[in-house]
Amino acid sequence: MSQSNTTMNLTMYRISSWLKSPKPYLMFIGFGFILSFWYLSVEVWKLPRFQDMPALTEVFEEWFSKDPYYGLSIYTPEYYKHIGISLRRIGYAFFLATALGVPLGLFLGWSQKLREYIFPLFELLRPIPVLAWVPLAIIIFSGSETPVIFLTFLASFFATTLNTMLGVESIDEEYSRAAYCLGASRWQTFIHVVVPGAMPFIFTGLQISIGVAWFSLVAGEMVSGQYGLGYIINTAYIMVQYSQIVIGMITLGIIGYITSALVRVAGDYMMQWRVRELALSGD
Amino acid sequence: MNTLEKNDSTPTVRPMRIVEKNDSMPTKGAIRIEDVVKIYDPEGAAVMAVDHCSIDIPAGEICMIVGPSGCGKTTLLNTIAGFHGLTSGHIYLDDEILCGPGKEKAEPGSDRIVVFQNGALFPWKTNIENIAFGPMMEGKLSKAEIYQKARKMMLDAGLEGTEDAYPGEVSSGLRRRVEIVRALMNEPKVLLFDEPYRALDSLTKSVMHEALLDIYYKNKVTIFFITHDLEEAIFLGHRLIIMSSRPCKPKKIVEVDIPHPRDYSVLTSPRFREIMNEAKSVVNEEARKAFEAGEKEG
Repeated sequence: MSQSNTTMNLTMYRISSWLKSPKPYLMFIGFGFILSFWYLSVEVWKLPRFQDMPALTEVFEEWFSKDPYYGLSIYTPEYYKHIGISLRRIGYAFFLATALGVPLGLFLGWSQKLREYIFPLFELLRPIPVLAWVPLAIIIFSGSETPVIFLTFLASFFATTLNTMLGVESIDEEYSRAAYCLGASRWQTFIHVVVPGAMPFIFTGLQISIGVAWFSLVAGEMVSGQYGLGYIINTAYIMVQYSQIVIGMITLGIIGYITSALVRVAGDYMMQWRVRELALSGD
Repeated sequence: MNTLEKNDSTPTVRPMRIVEKNDSMPTKGAIRIEDVVKIYDPEGAAVMAVDHCSIDIPAGEICMIVGPSGCGKTTLLNTIAGFHGLTSGHIYLDDEILCGPGKEKAEPGSDRIVVFQNGALFPWKTNIENIAFGPMMEGKLSKAEIYQKARKMMLDAGLEGTEDAYPGEVSSGLRRRVEIVRALMNEPKVLLFDEPYRALDSLTKSVMHEALLDIYYKNKVTIFFITHDLEEAIFLGHRLIIMSSRPCKPKKIVEVDIPHPRDYSVLTSPRFREIMNEAKSVVNEEARKAFEAGEKEG
């Protein structure tokens, strides 16, 4: 129970019990259902408003073609360049949002005074949708890269900071009291109680953060820039290359899922205590 | 102490004297609560939680504070621990003033350690990391020395094999034991218990009581123990201080003249029943008052 390779065993156990449960098959049925609806509505029933929709077979043929008609498939380097540039932007923005948002959130939750200075301003800026920032971002930042990164950063930053702050507030006061009792200083209590205690909320925040990062990235890329998945979708629309829209969308879904799963894995890695506790509670 | 009713069945030999004969009794850790008043002032409506309360606890005594829910016992504990200030009065630890006029709030410190009602082991630290926490924060000893001591204390308390488990992975009874060991690591003079066994089932509770006494016999410290379980109070304590319903002040002191070391056989002894009956009538009266006043749980 207490040895070091528990994590590995636990992961293996979870995967095998997942495969034995009906869950994966239900998942396939879910995918099958939506894909067949797409196929039938466009190509078989030819429903009225669906006539311009890219067909399922057309999209997949294009996506896996060695010689794609519109110049973009899993065999073209261009495709990976778009993915790479989007990922790089997400990387910068997410890193910045985490590096600034987590400490700010921790201090906001920890210090009443700081909260009084900053929080009202924060609450006023937070509801402004990312799209409303587009003109200002283009005016403030030069080039096409920084405005997009700024926009992506913005939404992530708010999500991370707010969740971290809530995390600090959620910590039971008895933990800090216990730490003081045991002789910890205020700073030691911050490091040993506040930071780990807020960790579950911080990672919830980071999950939301990576999600909204993709959301704002695509919005940003549609407005400015020459590369990226958002750019593909927007240009494909303008150039009437509809199958590329769907390729861009599916790629976004897959990459978005992977990045969010990576954040979850990082969270599990850093919060062994929580993983083990949840494992014992029977899930 | 003149506000107290004289306990007419006070035994001729005070249990403290029995204890004083024991050479292993500590000389440090006496708590003197003198005329303490605590008034809360939420939204202008003053609520008196503690009313001119005076309690003297000699070093090494297990002093059980018994009273109805919400009577202000926890407030008293929090002032000793240094989580709250007091409105007037003094609290001393070995003639050193903890709080009083000019020093409104005691400084929380490792000479008085609280064992909390809901347990406050850090769930993000393993059991041994929790136990090592206090000395690690003080930084007087090296990490190796601290962990060696922690292992030894865990062994003594029957906790070996759970060192690297997280608190969330062990039973609630075990967690409580880890918490007491964590408190003892700092060599405190006083342990403050805030109804620590409230949430445990009665079977676990009785195991915990014997375990606590066992730990107490090995590390004599003053114990200030809040409970509203009379059986627990009589089984563990040298003395019961029965508190009135809010505002909280001592209503009656019951001496438990059953000699230590005790085990569970004392529960069935006639003397235990006598003390129980004596205490029960006072407690029931206060509980009824509290109920009629509509005090909330807490």
